Amino acid sequence: MTSSITDVEITPKVVQEHGLKPDEYDRICKILGRKPNITELGLYSVMWSEHCGYKHSRALLKTLPTKGPKVLQGPGENAGIMDIGEGWAVAFKVESHNHPSAIEPYQGAATGVGGILRDIFTMGARPIASLNSLRFGPLADPKVKRLFSGVVRGIADYGNCMGIPTVAGEVVFDESYTENCLVNAMSVGLVRYEHIIKGRASGVGNPVIYIGATTGRDGIHGATFASTEITDESTEKRSAVQVADPFMEKLLMEATLELIHDDLLVGIQDMGAAGLTCSTCEMASRGGAGIEIDVAKVPQREKGMTPYEILLSESQERMLLVAKPDCEQKVHEILAKWDLHAATIGFVTDTGRMVVKENGKVVADVPADSLTEAPVYHPAKSEPDILKKHREFDEAAVPVPSHPQEVLEKLLSDPTLASKRWVYRQYDHMVRSNTLVRPGSDAAVIRVKGTPLGLAMTIDGLGSYCALDPYEGAKTVVAEAARNIACSGAEPIGMTDCLNFGSPEKPEVYYYFDRVIAGLGDACRAFHIPITGGNVSLYNENPSGAIDPTPIVGMIGLFTDVSTAVTQWFKDEGDLIYLLGDIGDSIGGSRYLQVVHGKKTGLCPKLNMEMEHKLHQALKAMADGRLLRSAHDCSDGGFAVALAESCVTGWTHEAKTHGAKVELPGQGRVDGRLFGEAQSRTIISCKPVLGAQIEALAGKFGVPCAKIGQVGGDALLIGGEINAPVARLADLFFTSIEKLMA
Amino acid sequence: MRFAVTVFPGSNCDHDCEYVIRDVMGQQVEMVWHKETDLRNPDCVVVPGGFSYGDYLRTGAIARFSPVMKSVADFAAKGGLVIGICNGFQILCEAGLLPGVLIRNKSLQFICKNIYIKVEQTDTPFTNACKPGQVLKIPIAHGEGNYFIDPEGLKKITGNGQVVVRYCDEKGNVTPQANPNGSLDGIAGVCNLRRNVFGLMPHPDRSGEDVLGSHDGQYIWKSILGAKVGAA
Repeated sequence: MTSSITDVEITPKVVQEHGLKPDEYDRICKILGRKPNITELGLYSVMWSEHCGYKHSRALLKTLPTKGPKVLQGPGENAGIMDIGEGWAVAFKVESHNHPSAIEPYQGAATGVGGILRDIFTMGARPIASLNSLRFGPLADPKVKRLFSGVVRGIADYGNCMGIPTVAGEVVFDESYTENCLVNAMSVGLVRYEHIIKGRASGVGNPVIYIGATTGRDGIHGATFASTEITDESTEKRSAVQVADPFMEKLLMEATLELIHDDLLVGIQDMGAAGLTCSTCEMASRGGAGIEIDVAKVPQREKGMTPYEILLSESQERMLLVAKPDCEQKVHEILAKWDLHAATIGFVTDTGRMVVKENGKVVADVPADSLTEAPVYHPAKSEPDILKKHREFDEAAVPVPSHPQEVLEKLLSDPTLASKRWVYRQYDHMVRSNTLVRPGSDAAVIRVKGTPLGLAMTIDGLGSYCALDPYEGAKTVVAEAARNIACSGAEPIGMTDCLNFGSPEKPEVYYYFDRVIAGLGDACRAFHIPITGGNVSLYNENPSGAIDPTPIVGMIGLFTDVSTAVTQWFKDEGDLIYLLGDIGDSIGGSRYLQVVHGKKTGLCPKLNMEMEHKLHQALKAMADGRLLRSAHDCSDGGFAVALAESCVTGWTHEAKTHGAKVELPGQGRVDGRLFGEAQSRTIISCKPVLGAQIEALAGKFGVPCAKIGQVGGDALLIGGEINAPVARLADLFFTSIEKLMA
Repeated sequence: MRFAVTVFPGSNCDHDCEYVIRDVMGQQVEMVWHKETDLRNPDCVVVPGGFSYGDYLRTGAIARFSPVMKSVADFAAKGGLVIGICNGFQILCEAGLLPGVLIRNKSLQFICKNIYIKVEQTDTPFTNACKPGQVLKIPIAHGEGNYFIDPEGLKKITGNGQVVVRYCDEKGNVTPQANPNGSLDGIAGVCNLRRNVFGLMPHPDRSGEDVLGSHDGQYIWKSILGAKVGAA
C-alpha cells in the first residue's frame, strides 16, 4: 500500500493493489452509483477478499448439511452453537491462521488462538477448551524446527495466559507444507441458553461501543494478505501480522461475559479479520439495520491515523458492541472495573448504510449488506493428471519387508505418528479442572461441572489421502474424527471445518476443493452430523506449488453421563483384545508406504459409510454398557501401530504400560495387514467375563468382531511377525520428537 | 471454615480454587477482587494461580502492589493462614511474605504434567494431615517455577524446616530426574518462619478428585481444615 490519504485517485493500479478485479470494481461503482473514494475501496477490498467474502467457496459451502435437532446456531455467526441439554449449549469453531504463522510463527499462532477464543466468547459462551491442528514440512529441516517451536510456543503462551486448557490436537510433517505451514485453531465454549447473544445491530439510536485494545497500524490488510499466495515479497509483509496480548484478551473476555450476563447488550462482535470494517458492516447487515460511526472517537495507539487505516487495522483484542437503551452507563462501569478502554463511537440507524465520519465529515457511505455480499464465483475445475497415476499405482510391485518389527519401530519414531508429548506438555491442558481425558487418547474429554454431562472433542485432517482421492479422503476425515469421538464413548453431534487449499483460481486446485466438499457433505449426511460453521483458507501456495488439499475437521461428542468415558490404552493383564472391523491388506496411501518406501501414492482406503456408522453406534452402546476397558481407532500406521499405542499410551495418564499377545488376522500381504490403513476399524479390550456381551453387541449392530488376543507381559507379540519389548516401543514413541527438538 | 480467594486481573485458577474448596471440600468461599481491601473475615486466604497482570515485568511483580495484597500482608502478620499456589506462590515471594524467588524453568519451556512431591514438614497448618515423607501426586503447570534463593537463605530455610515439599519420584526419592524445572534442591514449596504462610508451585486445586487423575491435593486442604480445629 503506497498511500493512505483520502484523496488518492482511484486508478486501475490502485484497484489492483487492493486485490480487486476490474469487474469487481465496476460492480462497486454500480452499487454506489459513483466511483468509490480510497476509504470505500479499502472497505470493499477487505470484505470482498476470499478470507472475509468466501467468493470462490460460498457456492459450494452452501451444499453442506448444517441443520439438525440440536443446532441452535448454524453458519453465519461468529461460532456455531448446539444444544447439549440441562440448559447448556456448546459453541465451537475452527479457524486458520496459516499465512501470519508462516511469516511470524509465534505471533501468528498466538493471534490465531486469540481470534478463535473471541469468536466463542462473543456468542456469550465461556471458552472451556482449545484444540489445534498443525502442518509443517519434514521436521529434520532446521527452518521447520524454528517454525514448529515458534507456533507451539505462541499457542501455549496465549492459551496458558488466558487460562483455557489446550486439550487436543494433531501435528503432521509432510513436504507439501514446507513453505506453507498450516495453523488451524479451534475453541469450544459453554453457554446457558439465556445468555446466547449474536453479532447483530438493532434499535435505532442504540449506542455502538468500542472496547478493548487501542487501534494501531498493525495488521492493515491482513485479510487481503491471507487471500494471496506467499512469495518472497510477502515474507516482507510483516506489518500485516498482528501482535498478541493475551492479558488484554483475558480482561476483554471477563468483561464481555459480565456484560452479556447482566443483559446489557443487543449484539456484539469481535474485531478480527478486517477489524472495525467487518464488525460494523456485519452487525448492521445481520440486524437489517445501518450503523454510523465516527473514527475520530476510536481509541488510537498512534497519531495521525487516517480513516482508511483505522477502519482496516487488525489490531488484536478489540470488540464492538451495541448496548441496550439506557444501559450505556452500566456498560462503561463494568469496563472501568476491568480497566478497559471503551468509547461510544456511533449509533444504530435504519438506513441500511454503513456511514463513516471523521470529526463529523462523511468519509465513507456504502450499503452495509453490499460489503457482506461479495461476488460469488464458480471457478473452472479440471481433474489433475496426477490422480490417474495414483489410481494406477501397482501395489504388488512394492516389496514386502522381511523385518516387520523394524518397520513398526520406524513408524513409531516417525514425527507424524509419534507422541506429541513435546507439544502438549507446553500447553496447560488441566486448568479449569474439568479435563477428564487429557491429550494422548483418541479424543479429549471435558466434564460440565454441576451436571452429569461431558464433551468429547477431537480435530483431524488427512491431507495426504485427499491428495490421492479428494472425495474418499474427505469422507474419511469425517469418519476418523467421528470414530475418535465414538472410541471415547461419546455420540458425535456436530462438526466445524477449516478448508485449507491452494489457489481456487487454478482449475486443478478447484477440482480438489469441489470433490472435498462433496465428500465432507456426504459423510456428514451419512452420520447425521451437521456442520455449524468453519473457515476457508485458500491461496496456500508458494513458488513450488500448492499444499495438499487439507480439510481439517473439528468434532464435538456428547456424553449424557461422562462417567462412561473410555480411553485408548490397555488397562489390565488378561483383558481380552478384539478387532472391530475388517483388517484389509492394502497399503495404498498409507503412512507406511510413505515413510518406509518413500511413496505418497496409491489408492487411499475406500470408506464404507454404512459400516462406519454402525461401528460408531456399536462403540457407543458398548461404552454405555460399561463393557470397554479401552477403545482405540486403528488408522494411520495401521493395526500394528494402533496396538503399540494401546500398549504404551497409559503413560500419558501415569498408568502402566502393558504388553499384548495377538494373532494377525486376515489374509494377503503381511505389511498390508500390519500397517495398511483400512477404515472402520477399532481395537478394543474388555474384562474376560464381558467378552460374550461384546460379541453379542457387535453382532447386533452388524460389525465384524474378532477376538485376537489378550493383554499381558512385557512385549507386544503380533502373530509370528513382531515380538517387541514394550519399554523400547514406549521410548521410541514418546521421545522421537523430543530428541529431534533437543 | 471460611476461605477468601483473591482475584487479580489475569488470575485463572480462581474458579478452580473456588470449586475445590466449596464443592469438593464443602467449605465457605468468598472471591475478593484485587481492588478491594476487605477480605471478609476469612480463616484462610488463597492466592490462586494464573497470569496476574499478564506476568508483565516479572511474574507476581505487579500483583504485589494491588490493594488487596496490603490486606493479605496484614492478615498474615496477625497469624492468619495464607496459601499461594503457582502464580500465587510467585506473588507471595515478590511481596516478601515468603523467602526466595521463582525464575524461568531450566528447560525454558512451560511444563504441564503430573509430578510427585515429598512432604518433608508435617508440622505446618498446610501439611498436618500428611505423614512424614508422604508422596503426593499433583500437577504442575508453569513456565517460571524454578525456585531460587541465595546460599545464606537456603541454609536458613533448610535449617528452620521451611522447605515443606520437594519434587520426587513416585517412590519418594528426591533426584535431579524428578525435578521438573531446575528448582534448587528440588524445592517445590516453602513456608515462612512463623509457618502460617505457604507457597507451592504444584496445584492442589487441580488434584482434589480421582476423575482428574489424583485426589492427593485434598491432603493440603484437609490439613488447613485440621489447622483451624487445632487453633480454636
